[in-house]
Amino acid sequence: MENLKYALYTGCTARESTPELLKSTLAVAKKLGIELVLLDEASCCGASHLQDFDDFLSLVLNARNICYAEKLGLPMVTICNTCQLNTAMTKKRLDENPELKAKVNEKLAEVGLEYKGTSEVRHFLYALIDDYGLENISSKVEKPLSSLNIAAFYGCHNIRPSELHDGSNLNENPYKPTSLDRLIEALEGNSVDYEHKNKCCGFHVDLQAPRTANLLSGHALLDAMDNNADVMVTPCPLCHLNLDVKQKSISKTVGRDINLPVIHLPQMIGLALGISPSDLGLQHHVTEVATS
Amino acid sequence: MSNTKKVTLNIFRFNSETDYLPHYQKVELEVSQEEVVLDLLNRIKWDIDGSFSYRRSCRHGICGSCAVKVNNKTVLACKERVFDLIDIFGTDWTIDPSSKSRAIKDLVVDKKDFWEKYNAVTPYLVADIDEHPECENIILPETAEKLEEADYCIQCGCCYYACPVIEVNEDYFGPAAFVKAYRFNADVRDNAKIDRLKTVDPIGPGVWDCVKCFECSEACPKDIDPQSKITKLHNQLFEEGVAENNVASRHAVGFKKSIEKHGILDEGMLVAYSEGCAVVKHIPEALEMFKKGKIVMPWNMPKSKNMDEIKKLVKISSTAKF
Ligand code: SF4
Ligand code: SF4
Ligand code: FES
Repeated sequence: MENLKYALYTGCTARESTPELLKSTLAVAKKLGIELVLLDEASCCGASHLQDFDDFLSLVLNARNICYAEKLGLPMVTICNTCQLNTAMTKKRLDENPELKAKVNEKLAEVGLEYKGTSEVRHFLYALIDDYGLENISSKVEKPLSSLNIAAFYGCHNIRPSELHDGSNLNENPYKPTSLDRLIEALEGNSVDYEHKNKCCGFHVDLQAPRTANLLSGHALLDAMDNNADVMVTPCPLCHLNLDVKQKSISKTVGRDINLPVIHLPQMIGLALGISPSDLGLQHHVTEVATS
Repeated sequence: MSNTKKVTLNIFRFNSETDYLPHYQKVELEVSQEEVVLDLLNRIKWDIDGSFSYRRSCRHGICGSCAVKVNNKTVLACKERVFDLIDIFGTDWTIDPSSKSRAIKDLVVDKKDFWEKYNAVTPYLVADIDEHPECENIILPETAEKLEEADYCIQCGCCYYACPVIEVNEDYFGPAAFVKAYRFNADVRDNAKIDRLKTVDPIGPGVWDCVKCFECSEACPKDIDPQSKITKLHNQLFEEGVAENNVASRHAVGFKKSIEKHGILDEGMLVAYSEGCAVVKHIPEALEMFKKGKIVMPWNMPKSKNMDEIKKLVKISSTAKF
């Protein structure tokens, strides 16, 4: 296989409250022989909140981020569903609207940049499946996950709106997503079938509507637990924050004890590839992950 | 290739006047390529069980009455082709009313809350109209385009009953009402924009409670993209100076402040700025996170490279005020 190389847009969360996500992404890429160039110049994608306040500014900043991947001549990969949404949405809007692109480029020119639209933007999950291939990942498994019932939690922004992601997510159907489940099977784990796998965790209203957020996360966690999940996996650090960090508070809201480890996508892959739990940052989880 | 397939349907049955709990009726049908879900519902009623109830009227995706859920996907029965559903779900389907908790009889639901919320946003044009105009009131195509297809809404409720917040927050207006608020706010002839914005601003019922899950945009059979209209209402709240200074509006504004300073977010400061004094309620979780190495200390706060560029772009591109 030719050497795979991507520009990695880390997003903010992997640099701060989920350091284990960046650590495990780098460890997995290294083990698979994928080269990742960190986009240290990149700024926040706005996480869909800056967009509510200042839409044009968010377009300019996201376009600037893509410019840096374009300068490297590399496709961009993201490791957060919401970063993926906001970056891909910016790309689509600019690529489809020359007038808007010109307005944004007018600003970017002031700092010596130009958005061209030459770099693809894809979540690491889909880059792995599409470019590296499930069979190749499968052939690298050293520690099969066969003893684990794993509940895939897809998170909204990789699968909806499907029109936006067309092509960049293997045309995943938002009503019946399969990528994570197929990956779990490729790592020889048992993927858990449960209704809430494609539902929302409520992250974006954590501050103003904590009860709503807790109920949405709680429904997903309880549904997975009731279907015998040992662990949940998600490709989104924002979902992870809600599902891992807030289990005590969620338990109070839903009136049932919840204790389900929630791991990041690359942590799951890394465990199967035989990378040590500490190199995958499993010690950083609030809900303890048993690693023996 | 055969142009018929056999599907197994589990149909939701419930009569609120006689039943305490609903049950599912299993029906097997041979379906053909030309059929839509409504054809199957008709065949069940006409050939199998005359008591089976559902709503339909236009059969052309216009009246909005035939919305149901197939394996949890909200669809217009008269528009949804059965072979497309087989492509997604295979041949085992559960057919539910658009909202099980609002079912009156089988697939017929009580849409009272939908209409109450719809009515709450002044869903009509407010303008002083000359009763005896001398010429037509011409709207230019570019002005009409500002409505962004929001006027194509058929009030089917697909978005509303797909929205997860509707199920956990009974006050939340929901996507259909927001589409309508946007539709008239974007109309140059309308005079009630500020009042509508004041209606959709409060935390609880308003736009701040949208979790941005895009279920509504995915569900809408008229491709109206309700979530994008919600974002536009957020923008209008700031443009018109209506947004209250509260935790939600500060959270949006905080992103700009943080990006200006660090390029990436200062997550801790963002929460502190958004919450104000109420930030203390986050202390227990913050401590748990701190113990696990999930909190970055201010002196270790990472910054984007080339901050000068980011600062300059924020300065020259930013138009919103708060
Ligand atoms: S995006 Fe907002 S309005 Fe649409 S379904 Fe999700 S929560 Fe409801
Ligand atoms: S916005 Fe779309 S889904 Fe919602 S009520 Fe209108 S037509 Fe139906
Ligand atoms: S019967 Fe009118 S929309 Fe389906």
